[in-house]
Amino acid sequence: MKNKITNIFKGGFGQLTIPIVAICMLVIFNLFRDPSFFSVGITHNNDGNIVLAGNLISIINAASELAVLAMGMTLVTAACAGQDISVGAAAAIAGSAFVKVLKSGPEITGFSVILAFIIACCVAMIFGAFNGTLVSVFNIQPMIATLILFTCGRSIAYWINGGASVPVDSPIIKAIGSFIPGIPVPTPVLIVIVVAIIFKLVFHFTSLELFTQSVGINGSASRLNGINATFIRLLTFVILGVCVAVAGIIGVSRLGLINHETLLLDVEMDAILAVAIGGNNLGGGKFKISGSIIGAYVIHMLTVTLYAMKVPSTDVKAYKAIVIVILVVIGSPVIKSKFTKFMTQMKNRKQEVAMKGN
Amino acid sequence: MNEKKKVFREPLTDNQLLMTITICIFVGMYVLAILILKGGFLHVQQVFDMLNDNASLIIVACGLTIVMITAGIDISVGAVTSLVVMSCVLYLNKGGNIFVSILLALGIGLAFGAVQGFLVSYLDIQPFIVSLAGMFFARGLTTILSVNPQKVEHEGFSKLMDTKIVIPWLGYTAKNGNLVPARLELGVVVALLCVVVIFIVLKFTKLGRGFYAIGGNQTSALMLGINVKRTRFFAYVLCGLLSGISGYVFMMHTGAGNATNAAGMEMNAIAASIIGGTLLTGGVGNVAGTFFGTMTLTTIKKIVVSSGLNDPWWQSITTGGMLCFFILLQSVVLSRRSKKKE
Repeated sequence: MKNKITNIFKGGFGQLTIPIVAICMLVIFNLFRDPSFFSVGITHNNDGNIVLAGNLISIINAASELAVLAMGMTLVTAACAGQDISVGAAAAIAGSAFVKVLKSGPEITGFSVILAFIIACCVAMIFGAFNGTLVSVFNIQPMIATLILFTCGRSIAYWINGGASVPVDSPIIKAIGSFIPGIPVPTPVLIVIVVAIIFKLVFHFTSLELFTQSVGINGSASRLNGINATFIRLLTFVILGVCVAVAGIIGVSRLGLINHETLLLDVEMDAILAVAIGGNNLGGGKFKISGSIIGAYVIHMLTVTLYAMKVPSTDVKAYKAIVIVILVVIGSPVIKSKFTKFMTQMKNRKQEVAMKGN
Repeated sequence: MNEKKKVFREPLTDNQLLMTITICIFVGMYVLAILILKGGFLHVQQVFDMLNDNASLIIVACGLTIVMITAGIDISVGAVTSLVVMSCVLYLNKGGNIFVSILLALGIGLAFGAVQGFLVSYLDIQPFIVSLAGMFFARGLTTILSVNPQKVEHEGFSKLMDTKIVIPWLGYTAKNGNLVPARLELGVVVALLCVVVIFIVLKFTKLGRGFYAIGGNQTSALMLGINVKRTRFFAYVLCGLLSGISGYVFMMHTGAGNATNAAGMEMNAIAASIIGGTLLTGGVGNVAGTFFGTMTLTTIKKIVVSSGLNDPWWQSITTGGMLCFFILLQSVVLSRRSKKKE
């Protein structure tokens, strides 16, 4: 155990170095700025439930959609060496389908919500499969292939619900979006945990992780080794489709209505950013889903920190950009190799000094 | 005899083939528009209008094409355009000089290009992330400068804005019998000049050939003695400079600065480059194709609007459909060719 800890300090966390350093930096910065930033209180919400409240909870809660999307995006990035930029639009479609099914019944029951969830998942999977077919069968770069859905996705969502932003009012939807009575933790957080556990189990019991990595590192070599690269790439897009549907439903439930224009707007950029902050190579290959999840929380922590510092919401982007640049510069291979060189030089000098002293 | 035949049948390169397809489809679509929706498409002014509205998009797409040829991407172009518009408008409203405002526009573009180029080429960071940060930064700065829309109130600039190239013999007779001459904005001249200059740079200069070389295969470009890092750096600098120019042209067209200016322009520019036959994998692309790509994209939108499908979703759905068609066509054509070669 002790050995393990010293190893971590010696070699860092490997791929997870950047996200962990980033989150530590943010935590320390906030502790110095205002220690009460992390206070978690217990309050009663409007429905009279006992719930947890505080900045930390709201960060973890608000990052849920992003975390779910980042998990799927990591797989696609690893297998296809490119990113899906249509996730926001696809989430709007899935959300619209979800609301459409809910509204078609006389009243919203548990059964109709499950049915709507399944249908939304199917719709998102179909669009994922469309993207995936373009990428895997026709060998188009993912960013271009998904540009199609990015362009027309929100219009399709508009068309599903006839252009109106339809409100959904039901205790079940409210429970999905905020709190289940009796449980103090926000439901979206629980959903993220469930999705993460499902990913973990899938990776544990199937060879998806290994196959995805090998396809991402060298597609033709893995094909010669008997892995169906086309299928694996298609599969990653379909899995991302499920993640998109889950994220879309969380987004719809949180607001209690579907707005095709603003639902998860610009989330694709944040999702790709989360994957990159997570230390995953955007050029495909090895990946760590945990890194992407931490990356998603880093992004939201940064945003909330900026809000807490009274930065206007329109200006947040500029400060965010500066932090992103600092993070990626720290993580860039050139700086890393220079740093290790510098460290070894220091070590050698120390040894020399020690030798002279002797 | 045999040899002669061989020379004659030298196949088109990927580059030329994709561009030819684009130009053919553009011409075909325009002819179709003339046949089906007679009205406005017969007038030269229609083409001029498309150019007037899209001058800045053409310039941005040219810059993006250069970056895409080097196998990179720059999604900050739209945001930089917006930032340039906003800062120039604010500067001019404080009673600034027009010449200095042009320098300001170019300076902002160059600064963004240089910083992004440095981060991408010398520090080896993924271009998508760098330009994403650039996009956030430029959009954020734009709103910091002003959240409210600003109109240019500057005499000299208004004169410059209203200066149009009037070509009477290309005009048409309106319904009331007046002759309406064809009008072309100054921005279009700038855009066409940019296209020509970049075409020459890409085709005939060492730097331009270097772009293709590092996009095609970075390692072999290095072996050939090309300074890969510096060439890539210059690609981003050029792209930034063109975003600056595009910002100024955008301002000459609209005459107002707004935080949501040029929203989504980067994606339009990427789409235009793709339709024009540029591959994101690098090494293949042409600004002439990009020019026709932009025009094709605009023609689609014009056709949708003028055929009476005014609902807002039709434009983006048809654009998406056309994009899908072009992308599939390119992929099929290229894969068939590579099979033939084998």
